[in-house]
This record gives sequence, structure tokens and C-alpha cells, in this order.
Amino acid sequence: MTTPAHRAHWAGRVRQVDALIVGGGPAGLAASLMLRSAGVHVALIERERSLGGIPRHSRHTGYGLRDLHRVLSGPSYAAHYAALAEQAGVEIHLTTTATDWSAEGHLVTTSPSGRVQWAAKAVLLATGCRERPRSARLVPGDRPAGVLTTGTLQQLADLFHLPIGERAVVVGAEHVSFSAVHTLLTHGVAVAAMVTDQPASQSYTLLRALACGRHRLPLHVDTDVVAILGSERVRGVELEDRRSHARWSVPCDTVVFTGAWVPDYELARTSPVAMSGPHPRVDQWLRTARPGLFAAGNLVHAAEPADVCALGGRQAARSIVQYLTHGEWPERGVELVASDPFMWTHPSQLTSTLERPTRGRLLTRVRHFLGPGVIELVQSDRVLHAVRRPRLVPNRSISIALPASLRVDLTAGPVELRWRQAR
Amino acid sequence: MGAADGKFTYDVAIVGAGVVGAAIARELSTYELRTVVLEAGHDVGTGTSKANTAIRHTGFDAKPGSLEATLLKRAYPLLGDYAARAGIPLETPGALLVAWSPEQLARIDALRLQAKVNGCDDVHAVSAEALYAAEPKLGPGALGGLAVPGEGIVCPFTMPLAFATEAVINGVRLELDTAVESIEPDAGAYELVTSRGRVRARWVVNAAGLSSDLVDRMMGHERFTIHPRRGQLIVFDKLASPLVSSILLPVPTPVSKGVLIAPTVFGNVLLGPTAEDLDDRTGTQTTREGLDDLLAKGRTILPALVDEEVTATYAGLRAATEYADYQIHCDAAQRYVCVGGIRSTGLSAAMGIAAHVVDLLQDAGVVLRHAAGHREVRMRPVGESQQRPFRDNDAIASRPEYGEILCFCERVTRGEVLDALAGPLPARSTDGLRRRTRAGLGRCQGFYCSATISALLHDRREPPTAQSRDADDLVASQVPRNR
Repeated sequence: MTTPAHRAHWAGRVRQVDALIVGGGPAGLAASLMLRSAGVHVALIERERSLGGIPRHSRHTGYGLRDLHRVLSGPSYAAHYAALAEQAGVEIHLTTTATDWSAEGHLVTTSPSGRVQWAAKAVLLATGCRERPRSARLVPGDRPAGVLTTGTLQQLADLFHLPIGERAVVVGAEHVSFSAVHTLLTHGVAVAAMVTDQPASQSYTLLRALACGRHRLPLHVDTDVVAILGSERVRGVELEDRRSHARWSVPCDTVVFTGAWVPDYELARTSPVAMSGPHPRVDQWLRTARPGLFAAGNLVHAAEPADVCALGGRQAARSIVQYLTHGEWPERGVELVASDPFMWTHPSQLTSTLERPTRGRLLTRVRHFLGPGVIELVQSDRVLHAVRRPRLVPNRSISIALPASLRVDLTAGPVELRWRQAR
Repeated sequence: MGAADGKFTYDVAIVGAGVVGAAIARELSTYELRTVVLEAGHDVGTGTSKANTAIRHTGFDAKPGSLEATLLKRAYPLLGDYAARAGIPLETPGALLVAWSPEQLARIDALRLQAKVNGCDDVHAVSAEALYAAEPKLGPGALGGLAVPGEGIVCPFTMPLAFATEAVINGVRLELDTAVESIEPDAGAYELVTSRGRVRARWVVNAAGLSSDLVDRMMGHERFTIHPRRGQLIVFDKLASPLVSSILLPVPTPVSKGVLIAPTVFGNVLLGPTAEDLDDRTGTQTTREGLDDLLAKGRTILPALVDEEVTATYAGLRAATEYADYQIHCDAAQRYVCVGGIRSTGLSAAMGIAAHVVDLLQDAGVVLRHAAGHREVRMRPVGESQQRPFRDNDAIASRPEYGEILCFCERVTRGEVLDALAGPLPARSTDGLRRRTRAGLGRCQGFYCSATISALLHDRREPPTAQSRDADDLVASQVPRNR
């Protein structure tokens, strides 16, 4: 039984902090470390039971190059950051999920110790991204068990040591798809095929050669999954060649959908702040349209490697310190828009002609293979910046180094990211 | 073993634990009867009951004078009261039936009159302006329509679970994974030969849904044939919910109620269903053509909807027959009630059908005495309009596991998952857990939580079946009642 006094106590819990970080992955952790060292009272909430985010269950190596200047496996990288945050005395709340914004504009969380309203001067959303599941890709057919994403696969296999299946088809042929192949093979699951709707693999030749060569893994390019078969458990997939429309089926008991990243934008959209495609719109300093609300990591560029997210987290931390010190928020800026074949840009807003984004680079993605040609930043028919590229690969990071000063007119219309195919 | 024990004779054997069979079982559990429910599936409500539009129909457009119209009308207040008592998510946003062509507009008045004959006096015509005022995101080209204030939405999972749970805690025996293979008359009773042994009962109630014609044939009849009519549906992300506030209905045709857009009790937006006649009684696949057709229709009705992220797609089969009306027949001499051909209004009519079946049994001479101490059931809140544990400080204070969210998209807590794995009708699979808690049914479709939840389920694999646990154990609150 709860007494009225008890009830009032629970309903009235408001916490005051300078900065609240939502998400304990690479971006959130790196931001919390920098804020702590700047003497900011910072709290970090993480909805899972442990810190580290996606790298926790991504066993392959290659983490930490740009931010820690060494190479670690995913779990070691996650553990490294978690240990640093704890040592630095960051106030960490695990198993704590942000669910709503209160009428006062405070973020509200649920945890085993109850509901809390966070009266924070600055909030950093670092909620990351996830893979688009089969349903959202509108893949028809039966709805049996055994249809996974890489994220689920790696958690099942590496965090919970549960059985996966015997024979899998991997949908996608980008970096993460090969990470899924690696996980499957390590856990004794045969990979029957990789399938991509693109005309070629989008990962490094070496990775592809390793996976496909050593294990004789067939890669079906220009191919769609047109149906999933099986009543209780998957018994196969039906594939279709995009060019000839020939159909055939591949027997398997597991299907792993990889990539096709969707940022976890719910808190941004319910805040609400202006969006830029699937991401909350942010400027070079990771400021959203709402004063005091910042966003970083794969929430604003789904998905870049963990080290890029961590560097973005540091950029956000510097930005938060500036804001807490001076209280200034840019009143105007120009939108940076991606036009086809580009899917999105980061940053998606320019609020100053001098300040450069994280690593001085603009990030983007394309829908399909292109090249050679020129990437241009154009404002009112004026080319602000142009870079030549021999080839652009879909589902792979494209980063463009920006000059120290872009001659952007902050009073004019949007800046457009365009592609000009070489003749 | 209940199912294998041929000696014991039940008063009534209900074949099928879909929403109709479960509603009948609940109704019979209020009387002094020994009732058994034989369900071929792994859980209750796993056929048509789980894959439909989840609309609570008023029956405004039913054929006047039909049994369907009568039972929909009878069920409406029964379901309203019961949902409130049992905690079944039910909302009444009302429907707007939209005419998109002059031909459709010309039918509006006839539909209004039909509604009046069906007792829906509050149904009224609305102008195009009024439609756009009520639903500003409606696509261009709406010419006018009808407002049907009584139309609502319900949780199709909680409903059969509530009925079945109440039946079970009041002594009804529920046998899952038990398919009836044949029925043999045996000295004033029947032997139902099942996949798990023989069951003896005096009366047989056929609520076998998509197999109701087959069970009817086992009883020696040749009255109707099920022609499964598939309905594919698309569930859109909760962030799409501000786009629509009422149920948007098309002008119905004789074949189908047509493709609608409706909010769901979970805060999603639903688009569907298709209407495809199949021969396959298991053909619940979605198809490229079907989904494309829905998206094209969705783009006309509510253009902004199709730009939102899709959360799920699914398909269900309606138990249509060659007849327009329900196939409910009572053969007193044979001690048999057939409840077949409940084509697309089963959720809405279930309680009316159950009450009607009780009338039929009584007319046939079955002695019905109210059982003393009947207990009601209170289901755990899963709907958006209910107080969910993750928002409930008192619940979290009493049990911290209600504060540990496992399924982030649907905000399902560890406490709720543990509850669903226990109780009189525990979840026995991931799907069963989804239907009880919604865990894994959100926008990420298990990217984050399915591993955690599989592990929890793995730990509790194969819990004992229905009544071997103490029924008091984990039903949230049961109101003892004496009649």
C-alpha cells in the first residue's frame, strides 16, 4: 500500500542537473567524459543494463582508430569507455529510459527507482540508430520465427549465448552485413547466401574476399528478397533477379536483415524539433532548433563508425560548455539539404560561416553507385565548394572536408548538396 | 490427463478458442456446467481473432434483419461493459465514412437509412467541409460522407485472453495444442477424438472458425463451406498517430467493407485490409501486390501516412462462406450447436454470439443454473489510454521490475513480461508474450529487446499448462462475486 505522502513523493521527483545525456553509447560516453573534465554537473541515462551501446555486441576489431588512436574489438572499446566514465565520476543511471517530455519541457524517465523529471539546462540526445526490420522493408511472405537483424543476432549470440540456427541468408552486402556473416560463422551457422539489391558489394574488397572466398559464400547482386517462406520457423527465402525477374528460392532457417539504418528519433520528434529527413536538424555545433537541446552520434548520421560518433560526442560537449557559459543560441542559419542521389547530410544546418563541423567534414550517403563526378555545395546557383570523386558507394560513409571558411550567405536560401556526373 | 481421460463426461465441449469460442466458454463458466475447450493452436486467439482490423463495429451497415445485425446490436453494450470491467483496451473515436466519387456520394443516404433500421440513430451525413475540419490530413477529393459515432477500436489480443482467463479461473478446462480429428456418438454423449486423446462430452459447440465447416461435417452436416478471404494489413509507426483521429471508412461494397485507416488502441495507425478469396486455409502470407495495393489506397485517403515508417505487416483470413450471414444452428436432438461463418465481425459480435448460444442451449432443454462465487478477471493494462506500469509510480514503488523497461518501443517492463509468463494462461512462446504484453511489437520489431526476451523465455521454457498453477496466483485482481 502507498500512503498519500508516499505518492506525493513519487510524483514530485524533479532532478536538477547542468547537462543530461540520453544514451550511453560511444557519443554519449565521450560527451560525458569531456563535460566532466570541464567541471559540468552531468548525468547520463542509459536504458540498457550496461554502458557501451552497439559495440558491446559487435565482436570484430577496428574500433577506436580516430578517437583513441588504437584498434580494439567492439566489446573492449565499449568497456574502455564505460570504465573511463565511471572513473571520471560521471553520474550514471542504468536501466533508465527516457519516455516523455513533461509539460515544462523536461525529459521524464522511468527506472526501477521510479519516474524522474530532469530539469536540465542542456540535454544531449545520443540515442543512436538501429537497423530497419523486415516489416518496415515491406518484405512479403510468411511471418515465421528466425527473421533477425544484425543487432538481434549479435545480442542473441554474444550476450545471451542462445542458439541461432543452422543455415542463414544475409540480406545486405555492406560492412555490417559482413559483421553479421562473421558472427554467424563464429557460431557455427552456415551462410547460404548474401543478397543485395545493389549491383555490387558495398564493403571493402578485402572483407568480401575473406568472407566469400574462404567460405565460398555466394553473393547475389541486383537481387531482391521477394518472400519469406515457413510457417513456424523460416524454411527459405524467395529471391528475384532485378534484371531478368527470374525467381528462385534458397533454403535456410534464419534470415538476417542488415543495415538500412533508422535513427532512434522518437525523443527528437516528440520534443518536437525540426527534422532533416530522418535526423533531427543540427548545425556544425550539434545544436537542434530548440535552445538547450543537442543531438550527436548516429542519431544525426545513421550510421557512422563508433569513433566518428565519439568525436561527435566531444564536439557536442564543447558546444554544451559554450552554451552553459554564454547562454547563446543561434537565431538564424541556412538549411543544408541533400538532393537526390544523396540521402541526407550532416550537419543539416549552417549557423556560421567560420565554425566547422566535427573533424571539419560534411557527412553524407548516396542511394546507388555513382561516379566519376563532382559533389557540389550550391547556394542560390553559386557553387560554394566542389570536390571531385571517382566513385561513390551506397551504404558507405562519404565525408567531404570543408574549407576553413565557407562563403555561405546566412540570409539567403538553403545550401544544396548536389552531384554532377562527369561526362 | 484431462484430454486423454475418456471416462469423465463434460457437459459441453467447445471446439475452438478463438474470440468466439472463448466468449462462449466465459459465458458458460457463469453456470453450473462442466465445460472443456479444445483448441488446435498453441494459445487462445491465434487464428482470425489475432489478425484483423480490431474495429468494434456498431453494425450500422449490416444487412437489416440478419442474425449478424441482431447479434452485433446485442453485443455492443455487453462488450462496452465487459471491457471496462475486465480492463480490455477499448476506445470509441467514431468513424467517418468517406465518399470519394459521385456514385459513392449517392449511396450515403441509403447507408444512413440502413443504419437507422439497424438501430444506429446517431449516424448522420457530413459535408466535405466537415470531413476536412475533423480530419485535416485527409487526401484531396472527399465529397462528403457519414459520421458513425459508435464505431470503436479494441485490443484483439486481450479480448480472447480475458474471456479464456475468466473461463479458466471459473473451472473451464482449456486444452491447447488439441486438434479435434473426428467426433463419435457414444451412448448419449460424444467422444471427440483429438490429437492428444479422447474427450467425452454431452454437447458439442462448434466454434472452430476457419475449420467450422469441417467440424460441422464431422457432426454429419453439409451446410456451408468456408471460403477463406484474406485481409492484409499494414501497421504504421506511433509517430503517425497525429495524422488521424477517427476511423476512416470507405463506402462498403457487397463483397467487403473495403480498405480503412484506423487508429489502434496502442497508438499506431492501421491501413487495410485487402479482400482476397483463397482456397488455402493457412494462406496468411502477405504479398507484394497486396501491400502495394494498400499503399496506393492509403496514399489517396491519407497521403502523409505512407511516408511514415511501417511497424508491421500481417494478414488474416476471414471465415467467409457462400452465405452472407452467420451460420449458427442448434440441433437439440443432436445436442450440437454450430457457430460458423463468423466472417468479419467476430470481435464485435462475440459476446452477443455467446449470449445467443446460451439462449439456444436453454431452449434446447439444457438446465442452466448460475454458479455461485463466479470470479471476474482484470487484465493488465496494455492500451495507450490505460495507466501502463512504466508511467505508474505506485506500481514501480510496489515492484521495481515495473520500472525496468525491456521493450523500449512499446515500454514493456520486466515486471509485465514476468507476469505474462505466469498466471492461469501463461505465454508459452514469443508470440504469446507479444500478444499479452506487446513486447517486440513496436517499431524496432525486436532489434533491442528480442534477445533479452528470448533469454527470459528460454529460462522459463514450457511452463505447465493452463490450470496446473494456482489460478489466484497472478491475475491482477479478481472480484469475487456471488449470484
